[in-house]
Amino acid sequence: MSISKKQYSKMAEKASPPSPKLKNSLKAFLIGGLICCIGQGLFEVYSIYFSLSEDNAKICVSITLIVLTAVLTGIGVFDKIAKHAGAGTIVPITGFANAVVSPAMEFTAEGHILGTAANIFKMAGPVIVYGTAAAFVYGLIVYIFKLY
Amino acid sequence: MAKRTGKNTIELENKPKILSSAAIVGKNEGEGPLGEEFDEIEQDALFGRENWEQAESELQSRTVRKALEKGKISEKDVDLLFAGDLLNQCIASSFGVKEFSIPFFGLYGACSTIALSLAAAAVFVDSGAAEIAVAETSSHFCSAEKQFRFPLEYGSQRPPTAQRTATACGAFVLKKNCESPVYVKYVTLGKITDLGIKDANNMGAAMAPAAADTIANFLRDTNTAPDDYNLILTGDLGEIGTKLLREIMQKEYDIDLSRVHNDCGLMLFEREKQDVHAGGSGCGCCASVLGSHILGLMRKGELKKVLVAATGALMSTISANEGQSIPAVSHAVLLCREDENG
Repeated sequence: MSISKKQYSKMAEKASPPSPKLKNSLKAFLIGGLICCIGQGLFEVYSIYFSLSEDNAKICVSITLIVLTAVLTGIGVFDKIAKHAGAGTIVPITGFANAVVSPAMEFTAEGHILGTAANIFKMAGPVIVYGTAAAFVYGLIVYIFKLY
Repeated sequence: MAKRTGKNTIELENKPKILSSAAIVGKNEGEGPLGEEFDEIEQDALFGRENWEQAESELQSRTVRKALEKGKISEKDVDLLFAGDLLNQCIASSFGVKEFSIPFFGLYGACSTIALSLAAAAVFVDSGAAEIAVAETSSHFCSAEKQFRFPLEYGSQRPPTAQRTATACGAFVLKKNCESPVYVKYVTLGKITDLGIKDANNMGAAMAPAAADTIANFLRDTNTAPDDYNLILTGDLGEIGTKLLREIMQKEYDIDLSRVHNDCGLMLFEREKQDVHAGGSGCGCCASVLGSHILGLMRKGELKKVLVAATGALMSTISANEGQSIPAVSHAVLLCREDENG
């Protein structure tokens, strides 16, 4: 074929419609913002009505969002929301919860040890690895600055 | 006997016929424009089994049984079964057909497997190496997602170039000297083509050059032009691949395909309404459209000569993670009605 890889790459790019970035960003902003608002609302409820300390209320907000996501993932609703929300559901803690629950469900067919347990961090594993590494670097920087 | 014509094409002189065919699909495919033409539409994604892999195997065994039943052929009369699917080690096929006591010829050509299995079955039947052969392939949306992409419930966004793997299976019974009007006249096997596309969410673009190469080779070997055919049907190029195929044919070979070309990936779903982005894909996409709609039109005489060029993207999750580009292949079979000379 006389078409070079470079030429074909241009042809393919021209033929492929781009993702609707503006629409996607707007939806991510609105749904992501809504999740954060729900989080803030939960925080108020936990602090005011349950008289929890700020730290405890924050932990309870995270737990509630994680449980909610796990349930929505389990009943097959979360991916339908995420399809529209994109980063709006990935960035908050909901994305992490979904990334743990969905492979756990999917691989149950291969057994509880080699299936669920071995694959549960398939999606979230990289976040944990690089999150821990980034936290280490950040900690090191803070430590050095505090020394002087 | 099978005889080589030109560099890439084999002519089958003994007219191996497609005695019967069957197509069974999932719920989404059944809601598509071709819904009424399938033999069965299964609403349960698990096909009554325990996991996605077993579901796909069940889909295969049901479809083979249906095709044999429609052809009034007993399982013990079948000499060979050619089958393939998308799963690692082709487990949907081997587990799907293990209940049949038919010698099994497993094939892998990704989504081109339907043309590959039809080609192999036709050559075996033509040569007399098999009296009756079955060719079938399947794909299942859920088992393919699990293996190639993300867990089913993982919340992700797909780009407009992505295609949806069809939950579908098509099976074909081939036999010489029988009542059916449709036979396989030519077979063109394709070579691996790779123009450097790496995006696994744009398989149509990765596969279009392979389809162009095989179709051009077929036309050259048979000394024919697109207008000599009622339909040139590709397997699952989808919207982007279709656009690119026609562009490559025009640029590279000065051949205009647009008047006679269609793509199974564009026919199986109503793209906008069913939210399947660039179209359908998977081994079952072409197999089910061919086994129902297209062969139906051929039996009625509304189509007389149909070139089926199915394409396959041959990457694996390992090669994709290694950053390698996607090699593609396309195999073609020419289906003819007996009352059509040429």
